[in-house]
Amino acid sequence: MKQVPDTATLIRLQPGAKQIETQGIKWVINPYDEFALEEGLRLKERWGGEVVLVALGPARVEEAIRQGLAMGADRAVHVLTNDAVELDVWLVAQALARVCREEGYDLILTGKQAVDDDQAQVGPLVAVALGLPQVTVVVQLAIDAESRRLRAERELEGAIEVVEAPLPAVVTAQRGLNEPRYPTLPNIMKAKRKEVRTVAWESLGLEAAPLVRIESLSLPPARPAAKILTGDPEEAARELARLLREEAHVI
Amino acid sequence: MTINDFFDLERWLSPEERQIRDAVRQFVEAEVRPHAGRWWQEGRFPSELIGPLGELGVFGPTLPEEYGGAGVSGVAYGLMMQELERGDSGLRSFASVQSGLSMYAIYRYGSERQKAEYLPRMARGEVIGCFGLTEPDAGSDPGAMRTVAHKVAGGYRLHGAKRWITNGNLAQVAVIWAKDDEGVVRGFLVPTNAPGFSAREIHTKASMRMSVTSELYLDQVEVGEEAVLPGAHGLSAPLSCLTQARFGIAFGTVGAALDCLEEALEYAKTRIAFGRPIAATQLVQERVVDMLSRVVAMQLRALQLGRLYDQGALHYPQVSLAKRDNARAALEVARMARELLGGNGISVDYAAMRHLANLETVDTYEGTYEIHTLIVGRALTGENAF
Ligand SMILES: Cc1cc2nc3c(=O)[nH]c(=O)nc-3n(C[C@H](O)[C@H](O)[C@H](O)COP(=O)(O)OP(=O)(O)OC[C@H]3O[C@@H](n4cnc5c(N)ncnc54)[C@H](O)[C@@H]3O)c2cc1C
Repeated sequence: MKQVPDTATLIRLQPGAKQIETQGIKWVINPYDEFALEEGLRLKERWGGEVVLVALGPARVEEAIRQGLAMGADRAVHVLTNDAVELDVWLVAQALARVCREEGYDLILTGKQAVDDDQAQVGPLVAVALGLPQVTVVVQLAIDAESRRLRAERELEGAIEVVEAPLPAVVTAQRGLNEPRYPTLPNIMKAKRKEVRTVAWESLGLEAAPLVRIESLSLPPARPAAKILTGDPEEAARELARLLREEAHVI
Repeated sequence: MTINDFFDLERWLSPEERQIRDAVRQFVEAEVRPHAGRWWQEGRFPSELIGPLGELGVFGPTLPEEYGGAGVSGVAYGLMMQELERGDSGLRSFASVQSGLSMYAIYRYGSERQKAEYLPRMARGEVIGCFGLTEPDAGSDPGAMRTVAHKVAGGYRLHGAKRWITNGNLAQVAVIWAKDDEGVVRGFLVPTNAPGFSAREIHTKASMRMSVTSELYLDQVEVGEEAVLPGAHGLSAPLSCLTQARFGIAFGTVGAALDCLEEALEYAKTRIAFGRPIAATQLVQERVVDMLSRVVAMQLRALQLGRLYDQGALHYPQVSLAKRDNARAALEVARMARELLGGNGISVDYAAMRHLANLETVDTYEGTYEIHTLIVGRALTGENAF
């Protein structure tokens, strides 16, 4: 589970432009991760077991973890990073995989992507690191605990693909998989007492340098002002059709 | 520095308080806001939300877990009321009457048996309560009540009428305040299906249209000893319940005002007149700043009230001043929002007029503006001017 800026946040860049300005940001759980957590909770309600939340990031991530615990996760592991560590998706996946290995698993659920950097790689890379089958962009999931297999529907462009895989596996969640529950007040209060195990990044012994480095960040150029067509409706319509064809290339 | 929290009070909230506030906000955004205007116009309380609200935990949240509560702080309770009232004052009224008035009366003055029987079910929303203090001829002066509880073998016989009772037609149990043979005010838990008890909904309201308000008739209603709240002797008992509910109103009104402010600001930025957004005119900017200024004052009052509550250091004149000033300030904010929205401002397609009409009730119930002025005035001068 990743903590990301609320999508309504106005993004500003830090001087040097390799990171965004994090002051004043409202942080939330990555929405796709909420689908993943909700699915885990439903599976637990159906089959029993335990839902363990694994999150990675600085101390502020604790709030997202508490939120996840308030939704119903049983306990959590927080891989605590600091500003000095330079991360990329590969390193993050290595760290998460290591925690998963320590904790044990029947199924690993992640969001299909994080809405901040949109890389969509962490789930798949965790699967690679653990040598597990992966099923991505899942909109429906059924588990058969007896045969230890899963059946999933994946959303493709204009089609649904149905796949099967043995457990354990990694599944990444797409919108539509479920409707995440509200954290209720009794659960929020209970979450205070649930265990959060903190693992310092340094203790994982991941010395490797990141494979991918951010060179620079820049904000998208300001959108050009809209063109407003006025005058005779018939002429305006003709002009609109011409612009859509010749300038926008959409018809 | 956001419009919702200009003075960044968020920093003084605990993570649980923030989470609880956000959980209720999320619920209200999804389940209430899209329908609020229509429900209000139809004069309909969404009773289908009672179960989900119970699950969310908004009924009696400050009570201990053994009674179905969650032992949350007063600030958290207040913030829940704020978020409910952002949706509609009627929704918050429902919760206030259930929690602050009915459940609190049972928790504070009830026997162990009454608490065990009612509170957990009321927390889940399975049993709805109402609180019958006001009468047709006794509002600001509840000591003038005429409802009597005559001692009979094995219990009491209640006779009288109550008016303006929120949840009256929804309730399974009514907390009824009546004078015994000695003229002492006592509290009774009256099942609303008791012979002689009837409720009639008041349908002529131009305010709080999403809330159920009723007249209650008690025609020689007989109840057993087990219906008496053993701890309640005298008018101070119902008044202490009112202090709880007034506390919730001090926070709730912030929600209504915030909703008005947000709506007005958004409107000001997008409504074009004389070729530019009305937000680009000095008069409109003054108006939104005036609204914000009131909202910030309301938020500061409410939060400090909550902190005092949590430290057990709250005095009732403080609650009175906060109820008085926050209800009035919210009313002013709603009125300014209504005005800023022009013709659209009078439509229930927007929230301002609905909040404005609701807040007229909020300004009056739980002690009118004048009555709180007199409470605080007495505390200041030592002179009783009622
Ligand atoms: C929608 C709604 C829901 C309600 N829900 C409940 C409920 O659930 N339970 C319940 O018990 N009650 C409820 N009430 C009743 C509410 O608390 C009373 O209406 C309120 O206390 C005022 O009483 P009143 O209407 O009799 O007005 P009155 O007491 O007749 O007051 C009329 C006016 O005279 C003023 N006034 C009175 N005395 C003085 C004085 N000494 N000096 C100066 N001014 C004075 C008042 O401020 C007011 O402006 C509700 C009311 C409404 C409108």
